Amino acid sequence: MKLFHYAAPQHFYPLAGRLWPALAVLATALALAGLWVGFMVAPSDAQQGQAYRIIYIHVPVSWLAMIIYLAMAFWSVLGLVFNTRLSGLMTRALAPTGALLAFLSLWTGALWGKPMWGTYWVWDARLTSMLILLFLYLGYIALTSAIEDPRRSDRAGALVAVVGAVNVPIIYFSVQWWNTLHQGASVSFTQSPRMASVMLTGMLLMSLAVWLYAAAIALWRVRSLILVRESHALWVQLLPEVQAHRTLRGAT
Amino acid sequence: MNALALPSPWQAISGVLRRDLRMALRRKSEWLGAVFFFVLVAALFPLAIGPEPDTLRLIGPGVLWVAALLASMLSLGRLFEADHQDGSLEQLALSAAPLSWSISAKLLAHWLISGLPLVLLSPLLGLQFGLAPEALGMLALTLLIGTPVLSLLGAIGAALTLGVRGGGVLQSLLLLPLYVPVLVFGTGAVDAQMRGLGGQAHVSVLLALLLATAALSPWACAAAVRLALE
Amino acid sequence: MIWSSASEFWSMGGYGVYVWGSMGVSAALMALEVMLTRWGRQQALDAVCEAMEAQTLDAEAVRDPVASSSGTTRQTTFNPGAVT
Repeated sequence: MKLFHYAAPQHFYPLAGRLWPALAVLATALALAGLWVGFMVAPSDAQQGQAYRIIYIHVPVSWLAMIIYLAMAFWSVLGLVFNTRLSGLMTRALAPTGALLAFLSLWTGALWGKPMWGTYWVWDARLTSMLILLFLYLGYIALTSAIEDPRRSDRAGALVAVVGAVNVPIIYFSVQWWNTLHQGASVSFTQSPRMASVMLTGMLLMSLAVWLYAAAIALWRVRSLILVRESHALWVQLLPEVQAHRTLRGAT
Repeated sequence: MNALALPSPWQAISGVLRRDLRMALRRKSEWLGAVFFFVLVAALFPLAIGPEPDTLRLIGPGVLWVAALLASMLSLGRLFEADHQDGSLEQLALSAAPLSWSISAKLLAHWLISGLPLVLLSPLLGLQFGLAPEALGMLALTLLIGTPVLSLLGAIGAALTLGVRGGGVLQSLLLLPLYVPVLVFGTGAVDAQMRGLGGQAHVSVLLALLLATAALSPWACAAAVRLALE
Repeated sequence: MIWSSASEFWSMGGYGVYVWGSMGVSAALMALEVMLTRWGRQQALDAVCEAMEAQTLDAEAVRDPVASSSGTTRQTTFNPGAVT
C-alpha cells in the first residue's frame, strides 16, 4: 500500500523534503500574482473605497485558520485509529501556523472594522468563533508542550484537536444564536463588498498562496520534528545534513 | 459457588459512587470551598459595579452563570488528582468494570457534591440581583441542566492534564472554548425568559448538549485517563 | 494602472494605516515564522548530534569503563614524584 509506505517517518522525511521547496516557490508566485491583481488591477470598491483591499489578506488567513484546524483534527483521527507516530508530528507541525493565521485573522479583521464600522471589535459569530479558535490552538500548543512523554503528548493533543473540531461548529451556531437574541450587534463584519470578478480572482489567488505557504511551512517544520523524535534511529544519524552538522560542530 | 464471583458492572459503579460521596462528605473543606467561591464571586460583582437595581437585573444571570462556571472549574482538581496520586485510579482502570462507567460514577458523585449545591443556592443569590421569580426558576433550571455538562466537559480537561506541570491554568485554557456553548444557551434562556420570549428553545438545546456530553465524555475521559496512567 | 501616483498608492484613499498595517504585520509575522522554523531546524540538528554524542559516550563506557573515565585525566593524576 503506497500510502502506508509514507506513514513511516523514515520515508516521509525525504518526501517532505522534496515537496516543501516546490510548494514554497508556488506560494510565492501565487502571492505575487494575487497581490498584483489585488492592488494593481482591481478597482476601488464603491462603498468601502480602498480599505476593502484588506480582504486580500483577511479572507485567506481566516479560511486557512479554519482549514488548518480541520487538518489537525484529520491527522489526529488518523493517529488515534492507526496509532502512527507521524500523525502526531504532523498535527504538531500545523499548530503554530494555524495559531498565527488565527491571530492575523483577528488583527486584520480589527483593522478592517475600524475604518468601515467604527470599531476594532464586534461580538459577531465569525469574529468570536475565530477568537475561540485561537484559544483552541493555544490550548493544543500549551498542552503538548507541557507533557514530556512524546506518546502521551501526541495522543492528548489528538484528543484536544478532535474534541475542539467537534466543538467549533457548535460554538459558531451558539454565538450566532446569541447574537440574534441580543440584537445589540446590528453591526456585523460580514458585509463584504460585492465582488467584481477581478476582486474574486485576487482573493482566490491569495487564498491559494496562503494555503501553499501553510503546507510548505508545516512540511518544513515536520522534518525538524522527525529529526528530534527519531534522533536515536540509525537512518537519521546517517543523513548527510546530520553528518555535515556534526563536522560543523567539530565532532569529537 | 464460584469463588471468583466478580461484581457486576452496576455493583462496581454504585460502589465507586458511594466511595466518592463518602470521601467527599468526610473532607468537607474541599467542596465547600468551591461553593463559598460561588457565593463570594456573586457578591463581588454588585460591589464592583454598583447597587443600581436595573443594572444588576441585567447582569445577574450572566454573572451567576459565570460564577457557577468558575466554581465548577475550580472543583475539578478534586476529581482525579487525589486518586491518581494514591493509586486508586490505576486500580479502577484495571478493574473488571469498564473504565468509562467508573468515570461516569465519579462524575455523578462530583456533580452531586460540587454542582448541585450551586443549583440550590442560585435562587438565593438571584434575589441579590433582584431577579423575578420566573427568572430565578429558569436560572435554577438552566444550572440544573448546565452544571452536569460543565462537569462532564471539565472532566476531559482534568483527565488530559493529570499530573502535568501547570495543569490548573492549562486546564482552564483547554476548557473555556468548550464551555462557551453551555454558557451562551444557559444565560440565553434566562434572558429570553426575562424578556417574555420564553426560554424553551434554549433549554432544549441545553438538554441536547447534556445528552451528547453524557454519551461522549466518559469515553473521552477514559481514553485520557489511560494516557495518564501509561 | 489604477494609481496615478506613488503617494496615492501608499495613502490608500486615507486608509493607508489600516491597509498597510494589515499587510505589513501579516508579512512581518510570516517572515518571523520562516525564521523561527529555520532556527527550529538548527535546534533539531543540534539535538540529533547531542543524542549521537551521548550514545557514543555510553558505548565507550560499556566497552572500556576504566579508559573512558580516565581518558583525559592523565595530567591530573596524582604523581608525588613529579616536580610541581
